[in-house]
Amino acid sequence: MTEPQPQPKVKKPRGKARLLEGKCIACGARCQSVCPVNAIEMNDAGEPVVIPEKCIGCVKCIKICPASALEMFFTPEELKILEQLAAAATPVEEEVDEEAAALAKKLAAYRGVWVFVEQTEGEPAKVSWELLGVGAQLAASLGVELCALVIGEKVEHLCAEAFAHGASKAYLVDAPVYRNYRTEAYLEACCHLIAKHKPEVILMGATGMGRDLAGAVATRVATGLTADCTGLGIDDKRNLMQTRPAFGGNIMATIMCDKFRPQMATVRPNVMPMPECREGATGTIIREDFVVPEENILTKVIEIIHDTKNKSHVDITGAEFIVSGGRGMMAPENFAILKELAEELGGVVGASRSAVDAGWMPVDRQVGQTGKTVRPKIYIACGISGAIQHLVGMQDSDMVIAINRDRQAPIFEVATYGIVGDLFQVVPAITKRIRELKQQRTH
Amino acid sequence: MLVVACIKQVPDTTQVQIDPVTNTLVREGIPFIVNPYDTHALEEALRLKDRFGCKVAAISMGPPNAEATLRKALALGVDMAILLSDRVFGGADTLATSNVLSAAIRKLHTEADEVGLVLCGKQTIDGDTAQVGPGIATRLAYHQLTLVDRIDNLDVGGKRIRVSRKLEGRHEIVEAPLPAMLTVVRELNRPRYPRVPMRLAAADAQVEVWNNQVLKLDEQAIGLKGSPTWVSKIFSPERAKGEIIGDGYGDPEGTAALLIDKLLAKDMLPL
Repeated sequence: MTEPQPQPKVKKPRGKARLLEGKCIACGARCQSVCPVNAIEMNDAGEPVVIPEKCIGCVKCIKICPASALEMFFTPEELKILEQLAAAATPVEEEVDEEAAALAKKLAAYRGVWVFVEQTEGEPAKVSWELLGVGAQLAASLGVELCALVIGEKVEHLCAEAFAHGASKAYLVDAPVYRNYRTEAYLEACCHLIAKHKPEVILMGATGMGRDLAGAVATRVATGLTADCTGLGIDDKRNLMQTRPAFGGNIMATIMCDKFRPQMATVRPNVMPMPECREGATGTIIREDFVVPEENILTKVIEIIHDTKNKSHVDITGAEFIVSGGRGMMAPENFAILKELAEELGGVVGASRSAVDAGWMPVDRQVGQTGKTVRPKIYIACGISGAIQHLVGMQDSDMVIAINRDRQAPIFEVATYGIVGDLFQVVPAITKRIRELKQQRTH
Repeated sequence: MLVVACIKQVPDTTQVQIDPVTNTLVREGIPFIVNPYDTHALEEALRLKDRFGCKVAAISMGPPNAEATLRKALALGVDMAILLSDRVFGGADTLATSNVLSAAIRKLHTEADEVGLVLCGKQTIDGDTAQVGPGIATRLAYHQLTLVDRIDNLDVGGKRIRVSRKLEGRHEIVEAPLPAMLTVVRELNRPRYPRVPMRLAAADAQVEVWNNQVLKLDEQAIGLKGSPTWVSKIFSPERAKGEIIGDGYGDPEGTAALLIDKLLAKDMLPL
C-alpha cells in the first residue's frame, strides 16, 4: 500500500465509487453517461464496472443512480483522515451557484396547472375530469390556478363542465379547423398557448389522442414527458414528482423534470379518482382566436366509426362490478358462470391476457398493462394467478376478491378477500347466495 | 421509396421478477427480445416491400449487443440494418432518443432513396411510453398517424396514405400525405418467421453501426445530457396483504355465504 502520505495541509479524501452487489437495475448506463472522466465501463448485463484508477470521486454517478446501487468507498487510511477532519469541524462554505440562480429565474416564469380536455365530436373523455381532480391538488400545493385547455369546434359547453370539476379558468380555442382531432392543428394550438401563458404543469389522458398529442407537444417545446403516471405530487422545490410503473410494472419509478418547463405527464383513465362535480360552478373563459388555416393541415379525417354500434362491445372501464376470468377458466364456454354472477351484480365480465390470447374473450375485455385499467367497486378475479401486468390494471379497485386453486398465486397478495378453492364450485355458490338474498328481500 | 422500421431490443418484461428478500429486480437470465409491437412495424414494412418494391431499412438505437436484433431483421428480409450505438447516446429519455433516431432517418433520406414512411411499434414493453414515434414525426415534420391497425391504401406515386386508427371505443379513417410516421398495433398483421436461407444469408450480412461521429449531433441534446426527465427513485409497489377466508375446497357454499356476509357488512353489494 503506497498511499500518498498527507502533506502538512490535510486534503479531504474523495474516495472511489463502487457498485453494490445486486442493486443495479440496468437503467440504461446513466452512471456511465454522467461520469466526467470515463471511469465507468458497462458489462454485458448492463451493469457498471468502475475503473478505480480513473475514478476521481466526484459522486456524480452516485447521485444519478435511481436504484442507489453505487456507493463511495474509502480505504481505512482515508476514513481515518475523514474522522480527523470531522473532529476539527471545518465549516464548509456553500458556493453561490450562478447557474442555479439563472435556472430558478427561468423556471419561475412558468406558473399554473393545465389539464387538456379531450373530446371527440363534443363528447368529453372522462379521464379529463379525473385529471382535474389530481390537478386541483397539485395547483393547491403550488398555490396556482387550475386551468382547463379546451380545443375543438363548438366546445364552449366543456368549459362549464371543467369548472364543475374544479377548474377556475379555461383556455378555449374554438374553430372549424379543430372539429376533428388532428395532430398538426392541435399541436400548433397547444404550442401557441404554452408560449403565451407558460404553464408549469400540463396533464393529458394517456389515451390514444392524449398520447399522440403529448408526445408531439413535448418534443416541439423540448421538455420532458412522463407516460402513464399513477401518482403525482409536488416536492419542496415546486417540482412535479411523477410516479409510474417501470419494467412492466415490476417496480415503481419516480421521474423528475426539474430543469425544464412545462412538466408534462399523461395519466391512464380510471387511475385517478373522479372529483366531486359541483354543478353551476363558474370560472373565467379565456378565448384564444388562434386559427391554423385549413389548407395548412394536410391530414384529413375521413370517417369516425364508433365501436359501440357493434352490439358485442362492452366498455369494462366504466363498470362498478367486474368478474374476470383467466387461464383457470379452462375453456371459453366456462365464462358463462362468470356472466351469470356479473349479471346478478349488474356488472360485466373481464379477462386476463392469457384468456384473451387463448381466444376465449375479445381484446376489449382485457384488464392489465396491455389492456385496460379498471377501478370498479368490486373486482372478482377467477382463475387468475395475478401476473404483475394484470395487477397493474386492477389493483386500484375498491375491493378485490380472488378465487383460485393455488394458495401461492400472487393474486392473493392484492386481494381484500381470497378464496382458495375450485372456482367452478365457488362462483356458482356465490351467484346462488346473491339470488337467495334478492328473493328474501323482495318478499 | 424507402420505408424505415424503428425497432428496439428489450428485456422480456413478462419474465422479470422481484427478489422477495432484497426487493431488487432479478435480471439474470432474462432474455432480450425484439419489442413485440415493433415486429408488427417490421412486418408491415416487409409487406410494402413485397407489394410495391419499397426498400426497407431497420434502425435501432442501443448498446452494441443490440446488433442481434437487427440481424433478425436482416433474416426477415430488410435491405439494410443500422445500429445507432455510442456511449454518448446512453441514458437517453424519449426526447433524446427521438433526436438520434430522427437524425438517422434524415441521413438515410439524403443518402439513399426518399423516405416515404417511418414505422414504429405503438410503444415498447419496457418503457411503455408511446412517445418516441410522435417525437420522431415532430422532429422530421412528418405526418403523424398513431395506433394504426390497417393500411387502407398507399399511393406510392401520389404520395398519400389512408389508414385506420384504433382508438378508445372508435376507429378513425385518416388520410395524410407522405412522408408519414405510423405507430402500429398488434391487429395490423401477423409477423412472418425467418426462413433458413434468409437466416444463413443474414449471418454474413452487415449491420452498419453509426456512432455520433457519423450523426454529428450536439452532445447537449442527446443521451443523458439531452434528457429533461430522470429517475429520482425506484421502489417496490405497495400492496395490501390479502385475507384468505373460509374453506373453498371443503365448503364452497359456506365460504360463499361468508364472503357475502362480509360484503353486506361493508355495504358493497347492489342489493
